[in-house]
Amino acid sequence: MNVINDPFTWIAGLLINWLSTFMPADGVNITMAVLRAASLGIFALVMFMVMTWIERKGVARIQNRIGPNLAGPWGLFQPLADGVKALTKEDITPDHADRIVYNIAPILSAAAAMIVFAAIPFGPGLIGTDMNIGIFYILAVSGMGVLAILLAGWSSNNKYALLGGFRVVAQLVSYEVPHVLSIAAPVMLAGSMSLIDIVNKQPVWYIFVLPASAVIVMLSGMAEVGRSPFDLLDAESEIIAGHHIEYSGMKFALFFLAEYVHAFAVCCIVTALFLGGWRGPNIAGVTVPWLWFWIKTILLFNIMVWARGTLPRLRIDQLMAFNWKFLVPLSLANLIVVPLADRLAQGLGLAQGSWPWALVMLAFNVAMIVVAFSLVGAPGRRARMAAEAPAEAPTESHGESGNGEEHGLTHGADAGHAPAAVGVH
Amino acid sequence: MTILQVMFILISLITLGGGLYTVTAKNLFHAALGLILSLAGVACLYGLLEASFLAGAQVLIYIGAIAILIIFAVMLTRGVMGAFPRANEQWSYAVIVSLALLAVLLVTLFRFSWPQGAPAAVPTDSIARLGQALVDPGQYALPFEVASVLLVAALIGSIYVARDKK
Repeated sequence: MNVINDPFTWIAGLLINWLSTFMPADGVNITMAVLRAASLGIFALVMFMVMTWIERKGVARIQNRIGPNLAGPWGLFQPLADGVKALTKEDITPDHADRIVYNIAPILSAAAAMIVFAAIPFGPGLIGTDMNIGIFYILAVSGMGVLAILLAGWSSNNKYALLGGFRVVAQLVSYEVPHVLSIAAPVMLAGSMSLIDIVNKQPVWYIFVLPASAVIVMLSGMAEVGRSPFDLLDAESEIIAGHHIEYSGMKFALFFLAEYVHAFAVCCIVTALFLGGWRGPNIAGVTVPWLWFWIKTILLFNIMVWARGTLPRLRIDQLMAFNWKFLVPLSLANLIVVPLADRLAQGLGLAQGSWPWALVMLAFNVAMIVVAFSLVGAPGRRARMAAEAPAEAPTESHGESGNGEEHGLTHGADAGHAPAAVGVH
Repeated sequence: MTILQVMFILISLITLGGGLYTVTAKNLFHAALGLILSLAGVACLYGLLEASFLAGAQVLIYIGAIAILIIFAVMLTRGVMGAFPRANEQWSYAVIVSLALLAVLLVTLFRFSWPQGAPAAVPTDSIARLGQALVDPGQYALPFEVASVLLVAALIGSIYVARDKK
C-alpha cells in the first residue's frame, strides 16, 4: 500500500539504501538534497508543459475550436514542438539595450517562479524543505518576479517595454496587499506559517471556514501572475507585449515558462492553504495524498483557464479601483472578523477544526461579504449613475464633443485610435 | 576554516561589493541593482544566523518593496539609459560623514566584549516568541506601536502631497 500512497518516499528509501552502500552519511544527505531540488525543478517544467496544453485545449473548446491536435495523441506533444521551435529562433538583442541586465532578466524571472516549489507540500512528507516560515518564504521570493519584469522592461530600451514595466509595479505591488493580508487569515487560524502545519490543521477545509480569504487569495494570485482578466502587463492590443516585447527564442520562452510555473504555484498555494492540501477520502487504505493535491491544483488551474477564455480584460483604473476600494478593505475587515469569530466560537465551547466551529466561522464570513457588497455596491452604483448622466447631456447640445468623449472612452485602450480622438478635439 | 566561515566570507564580499558598486556606478539604474545585491547579501547573512524570519522579511520588504520603488523612481527620471552626470559635488562631505560613522563602528567593535562561548541553540518556536515580544507591553509593544503610528503619519502625508489641489 505504501508504494501507492507515497511512491516518492518509497523510491527515496531505496535510493538512500543503495547510496549508503558506498557513501558516508553526509554524502548521502547532500546527494538526496540535490536530487530533491532537481526533481522539484523537473516537476515544475513538466507541469509547465501540461498546463500550456490544458490551457490551449481549454480555451480552444471555449472558442469552439479544436486546439493543438497534430503533435502526438490529442496534441499532447505540442509543448515539446514549441520548445524545439523556440530553440531554433534567432536570439536578438536590441540596439542600446543594457546587455547584462537584458540577459539576467529572463533567468531571474524563471528562477523566481521555480524556487517557490521548495516550500510547497505535495504530500505529508513530500516537501522540498519544511521551513517554519513556509508561506512567508513563498511570498518573499515571488516578489523577485516583479523585479525581473522591471529589469526586462527597462533594459530592452523600448517604450512599450518600459510602459509594461510601469504597469507591473502599479498592478503587482497593489495586489500584493490583499494577497498578503488574506493569507494572514489561515496562518492565524493554524497558528503556524509552515504549510505542512496549516494542512494538518484542516480536517475541515479552510475554504468552508474562510471563503472570503480563499477568493481574495485566488483573485489577487491571478493578478500577480498577470493572467487574464488581469493581463494588463502584457496586453497585446495596448502595449503589444509589455516587458517581453524585445525578447525572442528561448529568452521569451523563459518568461512564458515563468508565467505558467507561477500560475501553478498560485494554484498549489491556494490548495495547501484552503483546499486541505493533500487531504482526500480514505478508500480501503488507499489515500494517495500526492494525487489528491495534484487533482486539486489542476482543477484550480482550470478555473484560471475558464476565466481567461470568457472574461474581457479590465481597464487599468477598474483594476486599481477593484483592488484598493474593494479587495483591500474587505481583507482588512476579514483580518478583524476572523479572530473575533474564532474566539467567539471557541468561547461557545466548539473545538477548533470541528464542523460546528466551521459553521460559525462561515456564518460570520457570509455576513461580512454581504455587508461588504452592500457597502461598496450602493455608492458604486450611484457613482456609475452620476458618471453616465452628464455624459449623455452634452451629446444633445454639442454632438461632436460628446462623440469624441465616447470615442476616447471606448477605444482609449486602442493605441491606434487614441491619436485620432485627440485630432478631433 | 569551516564551511560556515567560507560562506560568511563569500556572502560578506558580495554584500560589500554590491554596496561599493552602488556608490561608484555611473548609471543610476545599475546603482539600484548593486543595492539589491547588497540587500540580498544581508538576507543571506540572516539566513546563516538561522534567523529565517528576518531573512524573509529582508527579502520581502527591502528587495520586494523598497528596492522596487527605488527602481520605479529611477525609471521615471530622464535619460536613464546612459551614464548620469553627478547631480551635485557633495561627495567629499559624504566621504567625511561615512568615515566618521566607520570610526564609531570600529570603536564599538573593538570595545565591546563579545561572547566567546558556543552559540545557544535557536529555539524552534522563535517566530511565535518574536510575535509575542512585539505585542507584550513589557517588551516591545510601545516601539512597535510608535513605528506603526510613524508609518501611518507617512502614509497620510504622502496622500496629502499627492492629492489634487482643487
